[in-house]
Amino acid sequence: MSREVARDTAYVPPAPVLGPEETFESVEERISGVVLHRRIDKGWLFGLAVAFGLLQIFFLSVSWLLAKGTGVWGLNIPVGWGFAIINFVWWVGIGHAGTLISAILLLLKQEWRMAIARFAEAMTLFAVACAGMFPILHTGRPWLAYWLIPYPNSMDMWPNFRSPLLWDVFAISTYATVSLLFWFVGLVPDLATMRDRAKHKIAKYIFGILAMGWRGSARHWHRYEVASLILAGLATPLVVSVHTIVSLDFAVSIVPGWHTTVFPPYFVAGAVYSGFAMVLTLVIPVRKIYKLENLITDRHIHNMAKVMLATGLIVAYGYAMEVFVAWYSGVEFEMFMMKNRMTGPYAPFYWALIFCNVLTPQLLWSHKIRSNLIILFVISLIVNVGMWLERFIIVVTSLHRDFLPSSWDMYAGTKWDWGLYIGTIGLFLTLMFLFIRVLPMISIFEVKTLVRPKEKSS
Amino acid sequence: MNVAPRPEHYGVIAEFTQADALISAAERAHEAGYRRMDGFSPVPLHGLSEALGQPYTKLPWVVFAFGIIGGCSAYALQYWTSVIDYPLNIGGRPLHSWPSFIPVTFEVIVLFAAFAAVIGLFFSSRLPRPHHALFNVDGFERATEDRFFLLIEAKDEKFDLDSTRAFLEGLGPDRVTEVRY
Repeated sequence: MSREVARDTAYVPPAPVLGPEETFESVEERISGVVLHRRIDKGWLFGLAVAFGLLQIFFLSVSWLLAKGTGVWGLNIPVGWGFAIINFVWWVGIGHAGTLISAILLLLKQEWRMAIARFAEAMTLFAVACAGMFPILHTGRPWLAYWLIPYPNSMDMWPNFRSPLLWDVFAISTYATVSLLFWFVGLVPDLATMRDRAKHKIAKYIFGILAMGWRGSARHWHRYEVASLILAGLATPLVVSVHTIVSLDFAVSIVPGWHTTVFPPYFVAGAVYSGFAMVLTLVIPVRKIYKLENLITDRHIHNMAKVMLATGLIVAYGYAMEVFVAWYSGVEFEMFMMKNRMTGPYAPFYWALIFCNVLTPQLLWSHKIRSNLIILFVISLIVNVGMWLERFIIVVTSLHRDFLPSSWDMYAGTKWDWGLYIGTIGLFLTLMFLFIRVLPMISIFEVKTLVRPKEKSS
Repeated sequence: MNVAPRPEHYGVIAEFTQADALISAAERAHEAGYRRMDGFSPVPLHGLSEALGQPYTKLPWVVFAFGIIGGCSAYALQYWTSVIDYPLNIGGRPLHSWPSFIPVTFEVIVLFAAFAAVIGLFFSSRLPRPHHALFNVDGFERATEDRFFLLIEAKDEKFDLDSTRAFLEGLGPDRVTEVRY
């Protein structure tokens, strides 16, 4: 709790995780009503149209890329890794908040996670889908991307298991698969509720198939709870391993600025940081539009802001360590890289990154600012931008001043780089818009367990 | 040999409005000697499984076994491809470079274990099963909304349509229904 509050009163109990007057029936109606009863409103349609428009930019950029090859991107030598890897890391990082909320907070028995877990997990899936586009397209011949999988083939070759890039293939595909499984298992009891509440025949039929005949039997629930706990226990080290392996793509190489042991923890913290920023960016408008303030309460918003502040501080420590180690190592190339990063041609980006990721989140120390949704929303956007800049700085400043000054070059994304990036935002938002209208965006059965016993009968 | 004719009843089911009522009813049914029964609730109820006398699931062991299988297969695959079938001499370094085989091994452990958990969950719950006698019960759809049910199956040794029905009615439910196929 912040100081302002502490001064006013001796003890303020934390705000409830569920509005006090909610019952089983009201929780159900609030959540399932968005899917089953709400008419298609203009605002949603407009939002979907904008997202769908951006999605067309994605298709256009991919088509042009496939027609012409990766030469349409701004890549050059020495900067052979550009927007593709920057956007890949950015999207994967955003996805991590969903797993953190659904798995780690489940193990820690944090009840407040229940109202936002489903939403954040969906965000994870869509973000990972966007992330996956980049390395696959970056291969140049994405129709041969299956060569990355070890299978007996006529070339009589095997992938190199000593390469972090191959670890990435396993990490990301496992992460996407396990996230999908976890998400679906979480949905099954709610799909049964949707099946039993739906009036429309087709809706009943579809939800009926997806619910797989869930009856809420004690036998099923018992196994269900055990399986959820196991999945959470598996997803927790998994999410840490995924961004660790992503950071090893850099750290295992000997490029100045990348070859450092601080990368794994600092990447994982950065992932959670950007992920929570994205959850806030999405949740603040959604809970307002769909009147879910009683389910996603101010306490949720405060907690997310606090997680953002904490992980932001870890990230800031990471930046400080990068500078310190560059100096402490005494390696000429490391010191040059850091000097170039701070004062070279990309210096404005570096200082913008420090502003976005280190200075801005300090505002979150204040209880007043955490309570102001508009400011919080703006901060979350700034952090999203900052995390993108961070990856840009890491990738580009280390590469563009190579060991050999004769090969030094500058790097900038072309319009096709930007098109693909904006296009994946369109893909992400389109999926998000569809998700909130076709599936219960909050876990109905989990929120029901938060209803006070007295009010259980309806 | 002839197959026995299918009985008309799947069981008898009692409906409650309160979770506590279901748990105490389950305890009393277990005391009365009923074994083939089940409870139904919209939320997981702690203590219901125990009250019904259901054993703890073996799912964790299945997951553990599949995790081990996944890890061993992943390591074996990497060893065989990198050391035996397609050895690459990189600066004379050892072919069996085990630290670089750990990340993939870990990922495959998680992958196998997660699949085992999910497939095991549905398999041991006999799902998917879109049709079930219980869906014939009027009002059973509220088992996923806000009602609590106790079912005694006709297969139970002590089951007798009239006396079991009378027993359930004695537990103070909202109503008791016969479940027909």
